Amino acid sequence: MTLDLSLLPDGGMGWLDASGEWSDIVLSSRVRLARNVDGYAFPARARDGERLRVLGQLRDAVRNVPSLEGGLLVRIEELTPNERLLLHERHLVSKELVGADKEHAVRTGTAVLLSEVASVMVNEEDHLRLQVLRSGFGVPDAYAMLKEVDEELGVEVPYAYHDDFGFLTACPTNVGTGLRASVLIHLPGLVLTKEIAKVLAGLQQMGLTYRGLYGEGSEVVGNFFQISNQTTLGRTEEELIDHLVRVVRHVIEREEEARRVLLRDAGYIIEDKLWRAYGTLRYARSLTFDEAMNYLSGLRLAAGLKLIAGLSVYTLNKLLIFSQLAHLANAEGRALTQSEGNLVRARYMRQVLAHEAGPHG
Amino acid sequence: MLCDQCRERDAAVTLTTMEKDTVRQLNLCERCAAERGVPTTSVSPKSPLSELLHAVQQQTTIGGADAARCSFCQTSKSDFRASGRLGCAHCYGAFETSLRDLLRRVHGHAVHVGRRYRAPHGAVLERAATLRELRARLQRAVEGEEFELAASLRDQIRGME
Repeated sequence: MTLDLSLLPDGGMGWLDASGEWSDIVLSSRVRLARNVDGYAFPARARDGERLRVLGQLRDAVRNVPSLEGGLLVRIEELTPNERLLLHERHLVSKELVGADKEHAVRTGTAVLLSEVASVMVNEEDHLRLQVLRSGFGVPDAYAMLKEVDEELGVEVPYAYHDDFGFLTACPTNVGTGLRASVLIHLPGLVLTKEIAKVLAGLQQMGLTYRGLYGEGSEVVGNFFQISNQTTLGRTEEELIDHLVRVVRHVIEREEEARRVLLRDAGYIIEDKLWRAYGTLRYARSLTFDEAMNYLSGLRLAAGLKLIAGLSVYTLNKLLIFSQLAHLANAEGRALTQSEGNLVRARYMRQVLAHEAGPHG
Repeated sequence: MLCDQCRERDAAVTLTTMEKDTVRQLNLCERCAAERGVPTTSVSPKSPLSELLHAVQQQTTIGGADAARCSFCQTSKSDFRASGRLGCAHCYGAFETSLRDLLRRVHGHAVHVGRRYRAPHGAVLERAATLRELRARLQRAVEGEEFELAASLRDQIRGME
């Protein structure tokens, strides 16, 4: 099968549209629930046949779940390696599900269901990982939507549940609510003012954790951080969400304060730095992914500080996603080596910036 | 900057706490931080899994020997110790004692207070689930050449059908 991403509701990209609150600082909000189907071993321990039965059960159940209706069920095994990466680059599936990390080959029965409201990863670490991804800072909204999906699906599929331990998961770090809420947040001000270490240490003291752009095990690039709750048991879903929201709101305030300080105390240095980032992206002939991320971070900051006019957050979000290797290869219609990718990436940046933003210094 | 607590030594860490909507920050020296149980090492992303593995490995022989196995999926305690992953829902019963202790360490709590759940409506679905489970167990029993168990499971399945 070839993956036709145009079949996806809004191409799976609704979360990029920058329509949400604080979308210049918070790229996206995500909530996921880990669920297992009663009666089967968890995916890593299950036989192929068991995982396929789980998949079959979900496929049957979805017919009676209005919030997932019309979704596209994609079997990972049927995709080419580049298509698998494409889904991962769009933040629609985890590295583990698509076998992109070397420790995990793609298992039989892995799939992702993509609907307008939510997505469901099937046979990842748990049988079902339900998730809602939203633009900007909108964690409670994302959870409200996800809760509905979860309640409807839980009537059709019997979840593994224990009165004391709650929803049972393969990893005890997810047990209880099975809920992980996170925001993907851009914090260049705190990085430049070197306040970031304090803020991150503060997060950990408050029971939150952070990761890089692609979640677990990924590095921090382009000053993007994923902040999420660390524990899942012993607090209600609403308490977990509420706590995350309050702390992130505080982090946003700190970031805004850092930006004010930067402009006040180092205005021309910052302005010069950001225009240089713009110049590089606008004219460079070869760009590595990390380089592009760091310059895009500068552009995003410049747009936020209103130093460079004519750059929309939506354009910046698109650049972030479409400048990744699998997306470039998809646009070119052929596989690309890293160094070919660097050339194509630079060309893509030049085109978009020439077309969509024409600022004058 | 001096430590907010002892006012003697240089502050090395900032302790941030949140009560209601007020954020409080305390600058502490290493010794005062250690007294409050605040880590003073530099910040690096903590992975919940690596912390879990650390906690699992610290548990020595609480709740039985490493050879203990889950009767449904055959995951042993040492499998769990190595991977940090349980094999199936039944593992939570099989390793209950040590899990309660572990969950308390990892989450600070051992009891779920979030959304309550009742598996799907009525006897029909429950029966279907039980049957599926019995069949899966039967298959495992046959594969494990546990014929007595297999015979009794087969009888149960027949009874329900």
